[in-house]
Amino acid sequence: MENILNILNLNKTYKSAGRLLTVLDNINFGIKAGSANAIVGPSGSGKTTLLGLCAGLDSATGGTVELNGINLGSLSEDMRAQVRNQYVGFIFQNFQLLPTLTALENVMVPLELRGEKNIKARSLDLLDKVGLADRGHHYPAQLSGGEQQRVSLARAFSNSPRILFADEPTGNLDAETSEKVVKLIFDLNREAGTTLILVTHDLELAAKTQRIIKIKGGKLVADDITGNV
Amino acid sequence: MFNAPMDNVNFKRKINIAWLFKMALRDSRRNRGRLLLFISSIVFGIGALVAIYSLRYNIQNDINSQAATLIGADLSISGNKEPDDKLQNLLNKLGDDRSQERSFPSMVLFTKSQNTRLVNVKALQGNFPYYGELETAPVQAGKSFKKGKYALVDKTLMLQFNAKVNDSLKVGNETFMITGVLNKAPGQTGIAAGIAPIVYIPMQYLDKTGLITTGSRINYSYYFKFNNNTNIEKLAKGLDAQLDKAGFNYDTVESKKEGTSRSFADLSRFLSLVGFIALLLGCVGVASAINIYIREKIRSIAIMRCMGVKASEAFLIYLIQITGIGLIGSVAGALLGTGIQQVLPMVLKDFLPITISAGISWLAIGQGVILGLVISILFALLPLISIRNISPLNTLRLSVDDISTARDPFRWLVYILVLLFITSFAYLQIGNWAGAAFFTIGIALAFMILTVTAWLLIRFTRLLVMSSWSYIWRQGFANLYRPNNQTIILTVSIGLSTAFICTLFLIQQLLIGQVTLSTGGNQSNMILFDIQPAQKKAVAGLTREQGLPVLSEVPIITMRLEKVNGKTAADAKKDSTLRISERAYAYEYRVTYRDSLTASEQVTGGKWEGKAKPGKEIPVSAEERFATRINAKVGDKLVFNVQGVMMQTYISSIRKVNWNKVSTNFQVVFPTGVLEDAPQIHVLLTHVPNNTVSASYQQAVVKKFPNVSIIDLGLILNVLDELLGKIGYVIKFMSGFSIITGIIVLISSVRISKYQRIQESVLLRTLGGSRKQIFAITALEYFFLGALSALTGIVIAIGSSWLLARYTFNMPYAVNFLPVAAIFFIITLLTVIIGLLNSRGVLNKPPLEILRSNS
Repeated sequence: MENILNILNLNKTYKSAGRLLTVLDNINFGIKAGSANAIVGPSGSGKTTLLGLCAGLDSATGGTVELNGINLGSLSEDMRAQVRNQYVGFIFQNFQLLPTLTALENVMVPLELRGEKNIKARSLDLLDKVGLADRGHHYPAQLSGGEQQRVSLARAFSNSPRILFADEPTGNLDAETSEKVVKLIFDLNREAGTTLILVTHDLELAAKTQRIIKIKGGKLVADDITGNV
Repeated sequence: MFNAPMDNVNFKRKINIAWLFKMALRDSRRNRGRLLLFISSIVFGIGALVAIYSLRYNIQNDINSQAATLIGADLSISGNKEPDDKLQNLLNKLGDDRSQERSFPSMVLFTKSQNTRLVNVKALQGNFPYYGELETAPVQAGKSFKKGKYALVDKTLMLQFNAKVNDSLKVGNETFMITGVLNKAPGQTGIAAGIAPIVYIPMQYLDKTGLITTGSRINYSYYFKFNNNTNIEKLAKGLDAQLDKAGFNYDTVESKKEGTSRSFADLSRFLSLVGFIALLLGCVGVASAINIYIREKIRSIAIMRCMGVKASEAFLIYLIQITGIGLIGSVAGALLGTGIQQVLPMVLKDFLPITISAGISWLAIGQGVILGLVISILFALLPLISIRNISPLNTLRLSVDDISTARDPFRWLVYILVLLFITSFAYLQIGNWAGAAFFTIGIALAFMILTVTAWLLIRFTRLLVMSSWSYIWRQGFANLYRPNNQTIILTVSIGLSTAFICTLFLIQQLLIGQVTLSTGGNQSNMILFDIQPAQKKAVAGLTREQGLPVLSEVPIITMRLEKVNGKTAADAKKDSTLRISERAYAYEYRVTYRDSLTASEQVTGGKWEGKAKPGKEIPVSAEERFATRINAKVGDKLVFNVQGVMMQTYISSIRKVNWNKVSTNFQVVFPTGVLEDAPQIHVLLTHVPNNTVSASYQQAVVKKFPNVSIIDLGLILNVLDELLGKIGYVIKFMSGFSIITGIIVLISSVRISKYQRIQESVLLRTLGGSRKQIFAITALEYFFLGALSALTGIVIAIGSSWLLARYTFNMPYAVNFLPVAAIFFIITLLTVIIGLLNSRGVLNKPPLEILRSNS
């Protein structure tokens, strides 16, 4: 299986109070297409920064991020936006739904951007898959945390992404809801054949993936295969 | 299988405009009320401008349609002396029908009530007016009065003295029967009628009144009607040189139309500028509100960017929103303006000699809507361009980027566009680039001062807050500099509102104060003129008999200027480099002679010489502006024609004259020992203590000396007071829009701060902060903001009103600090009240409820 994501000598530094702060230091790894992976590490280890760079939300100070064969470093922010729209799906800890759009509209946005057809029907179908077919006309504020995350999941899969980035997807959910959401993520992922990159500090959740990449102090300290299929 | 080459990515995806509109609409859903509040800032500014524009267009149409009635004839020729034979011959041949009129100020006596009053007597002969009519009650009186010893009397005068048709009126030595009440005459304004009401008499009785004597200031007017298609403009231009030489002017329908339009244009320009200030104030509101709105939208924009929305698309979504809401605000403003326009003609009717209509002007509405749209987009542009810089990374970590545009080169383009817009718009209102530049610089300066003040406040409070202070004080102060503070935005908007309101107030106070000053105390308030030399002693004696002081007796001699340094009117016309006004030669100068300066005069150049030396050239003193008009300096030679006698003089001194003071002021003053024997009239100044004394004194003078005219300054002041009241009302009416806009900007600025502060206040409440504590913290924050902004605004207002007083109105400057202090307290209090009212939700509801509703 080919790599969908290749990270080579990746560095990220910030200027803080006049000093250079290294957040990521010479990170290297590759992610196989269709695999489920977790990036774990303590708070402040740089894992969210790494996710941002991998997903093309930010640009690196040094090194290469190659997503689906495209070197993101050579692209402008607008070009990276196109890449995201075509190949990437996101799930965030804080759900990040557009508060002024209904659940259905939130799911529709990536498809509308691509100018696709049958948007409404496809979005309703996705909402149905996450068990929210009857909540399509509700605004995020009218939904519970778990429901919001399920809408977020439907939106993430709406553009049939090749890679799905999930940043602490259960961080704001109770245990029972977390379990349901995690099951949904893995089920949908499997069904769509999407690559999953999960950023979490929850080792139990990470253990459900096939591979765990550990980050500490901005450095890759371990890269373990879990044996999950 | 997954290895997609780069060209598989559609990097050149076209912008889907329909989708952008859909997203703009969706995104605005929960914010429409707030967006409308932001945009309401411009509603009143647009309303004011649409009202003025509508009025302007309606008046222009009215002037065009009523043009002929403005002069009542095809051509009018007038001058302030009798035409010579050559001109008289010409006047006798012009036109197919002709009328003539002599008009002059004179006292009249209502025989029944024995009341007297200075009026403008118009002795008429012929069928004038040819267009329009003398509107009288009864209607036929307008024509029939010329058939006998009848008079038409202005309606205000009739009302003032409770006179009735068929009463008698004494004009000079003749008594006329009032045959009709004059409601309106061609070209007459309400103001002119108020100062010198008109009395029409037939010309055949003029001589018998005995009012045409030496020195009488009579205006000779000739009206012509042309039956065939004569090109009046061409004809008049052909006559211009001859008329000019004879000291006569002409008016055609076209020139009168231009003149009337011009005089209204000045008023409408001023009013437009006041309206524009209201609009600019609204723009500050729009800019600050949109800035905060966009800050709150960072998360949504970042989410959209994550999903693949381009920076330009995100920018366009919000641009569409602002355009839509700007359109709604502009339309609302245009509707408001159209409504106001129904009222303005009533307020302004006395200023114009036409009937003003109040029709809907679609052109004005169109201009207002376009202006509102342009201005809302332009002023929202600065915060809007920051959208392009919002990173999708904000979805992972909010506020990773500051949305400030400090490093965005586009901001310079926006600044330039804003400055260009303000300058161009001001130019359109003021009509000259220097004035427009001055206006723009003034506005920019006020912005800068307020921004720097706010910045300094932030820096100082940061240094000032000490840990030893109580929690409430520390928190109240800290709110001024903590992240997401609104110190700069609120200081600018509140300060600017205060500056505008206070400047208008200070200038109004100064103008009113100036009028009161010039008439107060024991200064002369009654002027008697046209006193013949033989009557001089007797009039003074009568004045003293009545127990009144003779404050001043001034001889007046009329003369013309023949040469300036040997150059005649013809030379000045031929050679423009001489820079001598041609009009200076045609003017009839009223000159006096005396040996000393008066209190209202001050020598600014040369040496005052009060006595002429026999056999030597005559030294005269020239007033500054007169000297400029004839391009003369000390030592220059002037030749005056004193009723046929040429007098060689030189300018020995140049005087500055305070024309605002009620006294007899002159452009040229001769020394004693030259003009004593020249034909002259005298003016006497006195002070009457009250209306009763004034009435009996006037009656005595008119009975004994019917040719002597009296200006009762008390009466004039009443008219002036009424006039200033009307002008003041118009100004207050227009500045009212600025004040309302200022308050709306204040409300919306403080209201949007609610969303900034709400999280912190809820957190405080959750942590156990009492209602009282949060109330005190909020009150302190808004008190500091309100007080400092108001104070800065007042300082700016004092500076700008000083500049206006010194350079525009040319009057001494003084500030009445009591009302200024009142403005300070009102603005501060208003800020605190609005701040607290907006926080009442946080104070009264449980924290969880607020957190849920704002999530």
